[in-house]
Amino acid sequence: MSAPLLSFRGVGYRYPGAAEPALQDVHLDIHPGEFCLLAGLSGHGKSTLLRAACALVPHFHGGTFAGSVTLAGLDTREHGPARLGEVAGVLFQDPETQLVMSTVRAELALGLESRGHGAATVARGVEEVALALGIDGLLDRSTHELSGGEQQRVALGAALVGRPQVVLLDEPTSQLDPVAGDELIGLLRRLNQEWEIAVVISEHRLERVLSAADRVIALERGRVACDGDPAAFLRWAAEAAPSLQTPAARLFELAGVPEVPAGVRQARSALRRAGLLGDPGTPASGSAGAGAAPPRTRPRGRRGHAPLALRVRGVWHELRDGPAILRGVDLAVAPGETIALMGRNGAGKSTLLRHAAGLLAPTRGRVESGGRVALLLQNPGDYFVHERAGEEAPAQALERAGLAWAAERNPRDLSGGERQRLALAIVTGGEEPALLALDEPTRGMDRAAKAALATELRARARAGTAVIVATHDPEFAAACAARAVLLADGRVIADGSSAELLAGGWYFATETARILGGAGGALLPEEGAEVLARRRPRAQDPLITGAPT
Amino acid sequence: MRSTSLFYRRLASPLHAARATVGVAWVLSITTAAVLLYHPVVLAALFAGVLAAGAGAGVGRALLRALRLAAIVWVPIVLVNVLVSRDGLTVFARLGDLGPFGQGNLTVEAVVYGAVIALKVMLVVLVTTLASLAVDPDETLRLVRRVSFRSALTASLATRLIPVLAADAQRLAEAQRTRPGGAPGGARGRVALVRAVVAGSLDRAADVAATLEVRGFAGAGRSQRRRAPLSRHDLAFLASAVAVLALSILARAPWAAGGGAARFDAYPEIRAAFGLGTVAIAAALLAAIVLPFADRRGIEP
Repeated sequence: MSAPLLSFRGVGYRYPGAAEPALQDVHLDIHPGEFCLLAGLSGHGKSTLLRAACALVPHFHGGTFAGSVTLAGLDTREHGPARLGEVAGVLFQDPETQLVMSTVRAELALGLESRGHGAATVARGVEEVALALGIDGLLDRSTHELSGGEQQRVALGAALVGRPQVVLLDEPTSQLDPVAGDELIGLLRRLNQEWEIAVVISEHRLERVLSAADRVIALERGRVACDGDPAAFLRWAAEAAPSLQTPAARLFELAGVPEVPAGVRQARSALRRAGLLGDPGTPASGSAGAGAAPPRTRPRGRRGHAPLALRVRGVWHELRDGPAILRGVDLAVAPGETIALMGRNGAGKSTLLRHAAGLLAPTRGRVESGGRVALLLQNPGDYFVHERAGEEAPAQALERAGLAWAAERNPRDLSGGERQRLALAIVTGGEEPALLALDEPTRGMDRAAKAALATELRARARAGTAVIVATHDPEFAAACAARAVLLADGRVIADGSSAELLAGGWYFATETARILGGAGGALLPEEGAEVLARRRPRAQDPLITGAPT
Repeated sequence: MRSTSLFYRRLASPLHAARATVGVAWVLSITTAAVLLYHPVVLAALFAGVLAAGAGAGVGRALLRALRLAAIVWVPIVLVNVLVSRDGLTVFARLGDLGPFGQGNLTVEAVVYGAVIALKVMLVVLVTTLASLAVDPDETLRLVRRVSFRSALTASLATRLIPVLAADAQRLAEAQRTRPGGAPGGARGRVALVRAVVAGSLDRAADVAATLEVRGFAGAGRSQRRRAPLSRHDLAFLASAVAVLALSILARAPWAAGGGAARFDAYPEIRAAFGLGTVAIAAALLAAIVLPFADRRGIEP
């Protein structure tokens, strides 16, 4: 094996003023051309490890550093981020803070110009990276006009323009829709395979990256808890960290299939070998593609004259001198109903929620609500304007959120999940609203925090509050919503039960549904395991085995 | 596409298609004309020319918004000039003895001169707004970088952070509106909101600083000159800039051919040249400003 490109030797690190170390005794070697996935719960050291690899830790963040990190022969104790930037491209979570110039062309050129390259080299570098990433059409666009997916691609381009040997990515897909997220991962894999650029990527939605990864490094409390190939990681996770299991691995564990699949393709092959799935192209029994009812496109909701939590009638939102963001949207939401609002970035999800909450007025159409609508926007930090959590929300709301203990704490000192709960307590205000709307509430959340939020939302729905969640995460949608609405280009293009809608798609589908081809409307591993359990005794069923019927 | 934003966006227009050096030179020539010339008719022609240029660049609506803001200066300038000027002869109101300020005689000349000065100020505001909307700030700052990279980048970041922070403030205000009782009211509420925006901007500045670190900003080198052939729009705006400067000098200078066709004196009495020459100069300035927008070939971003 070649000499390591990136080496950690006994690395320990504590942020200034922190009680606990963020990294402890980390030993790692990453080789040229490796595709490494960093796994772990929030706050367990993934981002810090990436920042140590590019020398932001300790040069930018300060703190106490022990051990050594060497990147391409450069010791980070002696060389700062600027020098290491010549061999490492870095992409952080929030694309907006990574775009510092006004146009895409200037953004891509900045890194090369900063290093004093000649005009010809800069122009060629910009052109090549733009072509490689398929953003050549964006070169003269303003950076603040780009969609989230476009911004992330441009930020990736800026990281790659200097032809680095390794690219370090911190949850790069957390703000992207499933299509843009898959495109980004595919792009990274291509760069890795064609140019042998080493990739080190941290990600919460492991199922999105695992099949592309050569190696998974799991961190627990700042230590390397597991370091192996995807199969070894999944076996470790099943034993030691179930919350890091992918839906496919969980499905196999529950169904008693001994293999550990890294992705949908592997999972389907394994099930086929076990006689639990038909050949490719053969519709699975009960699948959405096998005669199941297609998703409805007409608005659902309680029939008759029963009161509704929300009714949206033919709502248009047309920008002056700009496009129509919503185009005649109809939606009826009954009390206690749980709805996942899905669609690509820019489909109109956030705008629809703002109309529901009365923050925007339709240019045409009407919005009627059956009571107070509470809206939780994407960034919980936007709600915090006081020094104490107790000043932000009433005591009763804090109690319900399990944050009574934090009343005297500064909201900005709380963890990500706690901040989310505090923001929810602020918007609900201690009284149950008729409708609770949440805009991308799971951004940057680990699986455990998502599960807790899904449980909370289901409990509120049982108490009669209608819940509508705009999300890019099909797993979360399946866990918390009984109904799904798919928006595209400002229109409702599908509206049906989650089982119908999330079982039949390629992108807007859970991993379980994609493995089983939508069979039985199973979305979650538990439901999928039941489907497989029903198939076991009928393993010779021609529909299942794929034999001619 | 039309822009109502007060920040630069790459649009399909001849001015956007011209390189920044040329755009800056063109804007400076109009600013110089606005500073040199006093004749109301000629200034009105410049004003009309800049508004038409804004429309031609697809930023007319945004320019009108900026004009509404700039119009606020009109009244105080005229008012102050009327109160402090002692040079006019045509008195229209007598305020009597104002002690240390002497006799308070308000004159027609002072009103007219104040209005001319206000028009010149608004013209300069309008031209600089047009530049910020239609001349690529990154390219402009690249010119400065050869002198001082860090100063240029700091200025560039400040330019970039303005819309970003404006969006942050809007998002924060929106979040406060979703509270059950609405946004925290009163002075205390407003102070809390401003504090939150500032805290957020500091977080954002730290993130941006980290990005700059890994992009090699700390070791920033001297950028090199880019060489590219002049486009038809570069040539058109250069010609326009030269024409505007030449016409301004021609209009002012008594020795030039045309002999000060735009001569204007407010004090002690209003005396302004007005004849064919004045109209010709005004029309020529208007045409010089507007003509580069007639050629719309190759303007797509």
